[in-house]
Amino acid sequence: MIRKALLASLVTVAFAGAAQAQTEIALWHSMTGALGDKLNEYATRFNQSQNAYKVVPVYKGSYPESMTAAIAAFRAGNAPHILQVFEVGTATMMAAKGAVVPVYKLMKDADEPFNPKAYMPAVAGYYTDYKGNMLSFPFNSSTPVFYVNKDAYKKAGLDPEKAPKTWKEFTAAAEKLKAAGQACVYTTGWPSWVHIENFSAWHNLPIGTKENGIAGMDTQFTVNSPEHVRHITMLADYAKRGLFTYGGRRNEAEAKFFSGECAMLTSSSAAQANIKRNAKFPFSVNFLPYHDDIKGAPQNSIIGGASFWVMSGKTNNSYKGVAKFLGFLSSPELQAEWHTSTGYVPITIAAAERVGKTDFYQKNPGTDVSVRQLTNKAPTANSKGLRFGNFVQGREIIEEEIEAVLAGKKQAKPALDDAVRRGNEILRKFEAANK
Amino acid sequence: MEKRVVFRSSWLPYLLVAPQIAITVVFFFWPAFQAVFYSFFLQDAFGTQSQFVGLANFAELFRSESYLNSIRVTAVFSTLVTVMGLAVALALAVAADGILRGALAYKTLLIWPYAVASAVAGVLFAFLFAPSVGIISYVLRGMGVDWNWVLRGEQAMLLVVIATVWKQISYNFLFFLAGLQAIPRSLIEAAAIDGAGPVRRFWTIVFPLLSPTTFFLLVVNIVHAFFDTFGVIDATTQGGPAGATQILVYKVYYDGVKAADLGGSSAQSVVLMAIVIALTVVQFRYIERRVQY
Repeated sequence: MIRKALLASLVTVAFAGAAQAQTEIALWHSMTGALGDKLNEYATRFNQSQNAYKVVPVYKGSYPESMTAAIAAFRAGNAPHILQVFEVGTATMMAAKGAVVPVYKLMKDADEPFNPKAYMPAVAGYYTDYKGNMLSFPFNSSTPVFYVNKDAYKKAGLDPEKAPKTWKEFTAAAEKLKAAGQACVYTTGWPSWVHIENFSAWHNLPIGTKENGIAGMDTQFTVNSPEHVRHITMLADYAKRGLFTYGGRRNEAEAKFFSGECAMLTSSSAAQANIKRNAKFPFSVNFLPYHDDIKGAPQNSIIGGASFWVMSGKTNNSYKGVAKFLGFLSSPELQAEWHTSTGYVPITIAAAERVGKTDFYQKNPGTDVSVRQLTNKAPTANSKGLRFGNFVQGREIIEEEIEAVLAGKKQAKPALDDAVRRGNEILRKFEAANK
Repeated sequence: MEKRVVFRSSWLPYLLVAPQIAITVVFFFWPAFQAVFYSFFLQDAFGTQSQFVGLANFAELFRSESYLNSIRVTAVFSTLVTVMGLAVALALAVAADGILRGALAYKTLLIWPYAVASAVAGVLFAFLFAPSVGIISYVLRGMGVDWNWVLRGEQAMLLVVIATVWKQISYNFLFFLAGLQAIPRSLIEAAAIDGAGPVRRFWTIVFPLLSPTTFFLLVVNIVHAFFDTFGVIDATTQGGPAGATQILVYKVYYDGVKAADLGGSSAQSVVLMAIVIALTVVQFRYIERRVQY
């Protein structure tokens, strides 16, 4: 018995020794619940697939919290190897030249096979610089889609299999739902992301000059165009007539939908799993509605979510490990699994094709909508993404102005003019701070 | 005769106060100095580039609509919290002071909420008043009130004021009760014999004699509303909607921590620092002198 225990402890010591020899790679992320489990599982699988490196994922709080922690750690010379940053932090990370190692360079230096063409353009474009170099590694990407409660449609005498395609049809359906006594007809998550950023891309309208900021930091917001004003005016009109219930700036609206309170919802495609688990009614997932009189609509939608940034100041050996890990994450098998189990879109074309060959989409209707919407047309300068400095504040300004319109305090035109003016101040400050 | 402890050794007293001084320097003076320092710089988020911009951060603050709005919001918020908190606490203290039976139970119950952390108080009220699932929202909707503080600024303000006041009442109550009990019975009895009714007695005797307590609480409550309400706001409205509940302290946090604008955020802290210093001066000069009749 004693001998056994002794042996066991010896084995433990030996293993600990082996673990010491491994190079640890710190990964700070913001994935909770099932998503966090999945990420941990991937790290474990990677660690078991080789002996040289050990990826250690650490949950560091919400996206802004984790980013703040990493900034503080970087200033103290203690940054993690990999940091998960949400899409609105992209410009901040790109401008921090000394703080990050661009992914394309990391892969090249580590001699890790890497083909930027293998990634979905609508996804990779968001994280690619103007010269076509991929700077961060897209991990979890989603796009807003349109959810419909089929039971509510049936009750209102609407065809549950035919969701509105245009905002005109949407209005007609909304009026019928209202007339049938639906308390909350329509709500939305992420108002700026859905109704300004994706509205613009979906209608091939610029969000800002300089290709939405991708071509240069001297960009200006253009979200006060007549089309934008008209769209926000329409929302305000819906709100006044009781066809639209504002749900908040994040995903609070999703609960209003799956509880059955609201009949229609626009929110992230990544909400699908959660809605499926909670909704006690059949629902459909559809393309975002569009205005059919705006030329070029529907174009393609843009992504949200987060990407992995590699932080500077680490050893070359550990960068080899990081490159291997990113290569591991890009494998079609893993990406297909990520897509089908989470609702995030696959980041490589091979993974998308792999899932397309199975019967997954037939068995889970609606799960392909996000991919189809992102790839609806080849992305234009207006629809490949956006890159605005300090967009955390920029988005907040847009949301404040939308809220002012919905509350009836402002008209859409002056509100969006103010959003542009205030947003541009932020952009100029960012430009000055990142010369 | 004043009692004094005399240290023979010349270094021992310094050694004894050293820990306290060290804590003050590390956690108060150093960060304060850093805030002042950074307020003159424009930096990118990671601090890899830094330029001296003089007073530009301050100039920008007072040009910025959202900052001016934040000042207005803070003024409204702290006035509401202070006035409501003091009024309700005083009413409760007067009522509790008159109770003979079961006084301890009433007092304990009234003091209880003070033990609740402000973040918890915020979450509690956020649940009760949640637009779609809150029980009070349900009742309000039944009464025909369109309750949605996610969109309506004045309702959001009301919510954070209620949550803050609820928590602060206990503290005010304790001081008022102590103040009331310190008022000599003989004065009140004399007034009663002269034929003054309870209301008259309150306004002409009790209230003036309570004024030192009231003044002290006034300053403490303003400071509380300015600085200690972060938890309530972060747990409920997070400054929204449209900045309707974004008080100065919350804006410092938001701009510095979430939006990574260190220069602007530091400039705001420096302004806040000036406000605290002013409030402290007021408190020391006037409270020490005592408001007396």
